[in-house]
Amino acid sequence: MTLDTTRRSFLKGAAAAGAVLFIGARPDGALAAAGESTAFNPFVKIASDGTVTAIVKHVEFGQGPATGLSTLIAEEIGLRMDQITYDFAPSNAEVYNNFAFGPFQGTGGSTAMANSFQQYRTAGAAAREMLIAAAAQSWGVDASELSIEEGVVTGAGQSAPIGEFVAVAATLDAPETPALKDPATFKLIGNPDIRRLDSAIKGDGSAMFAMDLHLPNQMVAMIKRPEQRGGLATGFDDSAAQEVKGYIMSAVLPNSAGVAVYAESTWAAMQARDAVEVEWDLSAAETRSSDEIEAEIRAALDAEPTYNVNKSDQAATQALLNGADQVLEQSFYFPLLAHAPMEPLNCTIEATEDGGIRLHDGCQLPTGPHMALSQIFELPMEKIEIKTMLAGGSFGRRATPDADYQVEAALAFVVTDRSRPVKLVWSREDDLRSGYYRPAFGHKVKVGLDADGRIVGWDHRIAGQSIMKGTAFEPMLVHDGVDHSSVEGASDTPYQIPGAFFGLTDTEKATSTLWWRSVGHTHTAYVMEVMMDMAAKAAGQDPVAYRLSYLTGGADQDRLAGVLKLATEKAGWGSAPAGHAQGVAVHKSFGSYVAEVVEVSGSAEDGVRIEKITCAVDCGLPVNPDVIKAQMEGGIGYGIGHVMRDRITLTGGAVDQYNFPDYEPLRIGDIAAIDVHIVPSAEAPTGVGEPGTPPAAPALANAIAAASDDLRVSSLPMDENGVAFA
Amino acid sequence: MAFSLKLNGTSHEVDVEPGTPLLWVIRDELKMTGTKFGCGVASCGACTVHLDGQPVRSCQTYVEDVEGAEITTIEAMSETEIGAAVQQAWVELDVVQCGYCQSGQIMSAVGLLSENPKPTAEDIDAYMYGNACRCATYQRIRAGIQRAAEILEA
Ligand code: FES
Ligand code: FES
Repeated sequence: MTLDTTRRSFLKGAAAAGAVLFIGARPDGALAAAGESTAFNPFVKIASDGTVTAIVKHVEFGQGPATGLSTLIAEEIGLRMDQITYDFAPSNAEVYNNFAFGPFQGTGGSTAMANSFQQYRTAGAAAREMLIAAAAQSWGVDASELSIEEGVVTGAGQSAPIGEFVAVAATLDAPETPALKDPATFKLIGNPDIRRLDSAIKGDGSAMFAMDLHLPNQMVAMIKRPEQRGGLATGFDDSAAQEVKGYIMSAVLPNSAGVAVYAESTWAAMQARDAVEVEWDLSAAETRSSDEIEAEIRAALDAEPTYNVNKSDQAATQALLNGADQVLEQSFYFPLLAHAPMEPLNCTIEATEDGGIRLHDGCQLPTGPHMALSQIFELPMEKIEIKTMLAGGSFGRRATPDADYQVEAALAFVVTDRSRPVKLVWSREDDLRSGYYRPAFGHKVKVGLDADGRIVGWDHRIAGQSIMKGTAFEPMLVHDGVDHSSVEGASDTPYQIPGAFFGLTDTEKATSTLWWRSVGHTHTAYVMEVMMDMAAKAAGQDPVAYRLSYLTGGADQDRLAGVLKLATEKAGWGSAPAGHAQGVAVHKSFGSYVAEVVEVSGSAEDGVRIEKITCAVDCGLPVNPDVIKAQMEGGIGYGIGHVMRDRITLTGGAVDQYNFPDYEPLRIGDIAAIDVHIVPSAEAPTGVGEPGTPPAAPALANAIAAASDDLRVSSLPMDENGVAFA
Repeated sequence: MAFSLKLNGTSHEVDVEPGTPLLWVIRDELKMTGTKFGCGVASCGACTVHLDGQPVRSCQTYVEDVEGAEITTIEAMSETEIGAAVQQAWVELDVVQCGYCQSGQIMSAVGLLSENPKPTAEDIDAYMYGNACRCATYQRIRAGIQRAAEILEA
């Protein structure tokens, strides 16, 4: 992966009407000169009235790219934040690709800022240089005398708003390598007072999520899916649905994955779907229960692992454990989890006047549905348009490698006469029961300690369902059979652990698996950090000092040690009030370093209450510090809520949970306070959407152990494994 | 069947079946989309509206039961003193993330502040229990309500 944008040629163009300046990039040689009405795809657009628009290539579901990418452009041009607005980019994998994903447009892996930082700054810097060059030309002065502050070009005794120079700037050539501002002069980047650009519209009801779209003459479609994944619809009886006012029709989807039920309104679609009877062929469907899946995973942990992840000497580790003074042994089990974004999945498809197809969607990986729709409708890519709208959360769910819900919508549209737009709506029950899940995983770890409590050997086995195998991401993320997402955060731990062996066994796919906020780190961080805590305890040492003794010798270790020290200092480590206990965890994921201290009162038996969580994060240069804090708060809450009480279980292949009452979200009273601190840094920015999640659960587990006679919660969720919450 | 509803001070005639949840009347018939669908079973609060000033879950409130009542949605909140204060606090503190739950959060927060002008953290946790936020913005919701109380006091 490279974040280098210097090999990309910058383009500019003027709209036919003049007076609009676009700055954008294209891959070398991929496009000819500007042509057609949209000359090329820009990153920034400046109108002659001075309106500046950032064209945001990442989906906004709260993690802040609309504000973040706008900040980069505003900083480089020289604007106040109230002088810039944003728009979401159309689907174009050539221009708006995520550098971390190759020629693929999308948001994920906490990469939005990391892969856009240079690109959007460069676009902003090019705009600044062109506006200044235009002003210099108009005034007959030297460009070096001019600068832009708060949207006004000033210098050589003159000043005028940037809008006045748009027409001239649009006739100039774009600079090849515009000079970026010196970080020491930043006014917006790193400024904790910068506010989100999307707060007001999300507080007054005017923000438009895909669910809020209502196209003229649209039909609402809901899909009746099999209870067991893999079941096929062979026919249906809709006589009872005919009684529902607003019911239109039903149709078996072309891939037989379900029956689409169409109605004039959402409520009619819900009622009609309930009334439709479907005949299912379940011969190829999943019929196992979660107990069988757990048994398979636990058996795999007791057998020889399929893969030696780091190709290390397994026998040597065994010998070290045999010679150890004591061996700590612990197994762990992590259940299936649903993502449950607040906005149930939905999208709308319509035919365009020129024979194409338009998809309206809170679209996380536009290139995926773009290609899928092109195939389904047998249309060239340029005939498919994707309108990205605000998305009400994702946590991974909207980024399915097979574009599941967009394909469903396309199939539901393709079987109609295409005269009416089709809005596909999922209910919360659909979301929990027909979803994609964080796969279940098991770990079994043996840690050998010498007489001084130092680690001499570490035998770590992991078993679970691969997320990446069988998807388009396999070539990138599976090497020598090892799905990196199954072991990340464990086999690549920055702890300097001697004599380590990591083994992996894939278990059979029980259901559709999908990355879930922080992917493999959801389970690996838990195991690593609980084991380190147990080792410190067995060694009779302070858990922080013990961890620090294994975090030496490199930049990764230094940065982890840095956040660990900051979090524990701010939390008042070791001086919790009477009746309170603390637990700590530190973890690197998505290039960022996060430590968290959880302080609890009560005990596992009497009821645990989470009094305070203190977090320290090092994510490189903090672009929008307040957004980073918010992402840590949210990431912590997401991690804590699920380990407290959530799991998806199956009976005979069917999901047991229906709706929030049996997949209970984190509630406001569950965490009394969160306090986030950011490590100042000049390093390149790294991810913030996910890294707050991994340390939260193990820090809670370690706090519970400290409060509850060393009770180690090794199966999740906690409330089903011996922990009561107050 | 025709029903007459009074929403944000305006009367509307709608033709829907009895038993239709108020949520879908507001969203699909009146095309006011600030009120959100999150669960449909009164367990997330995304659909919260006010009925004669009291927060209710519109997904479990039926059209035939609300004729004659004053229905207020997020779209009219800026016109009320408490609503405007809550919205101002939300922007000052950047409470929102994805934002999908926030109409409901604000409707409940306004309900709380109308009853209790100076709520403690415990009061807030108890009153706001039913409003889920999958982005876990709870910390800021709590701070936002306390900030709104301050704005109203000033
Ligand atoms: S949609 Fe009404 S409470 Fe969830
Ligand atoms: S802000 Fe996303 S669910 Fe609350």
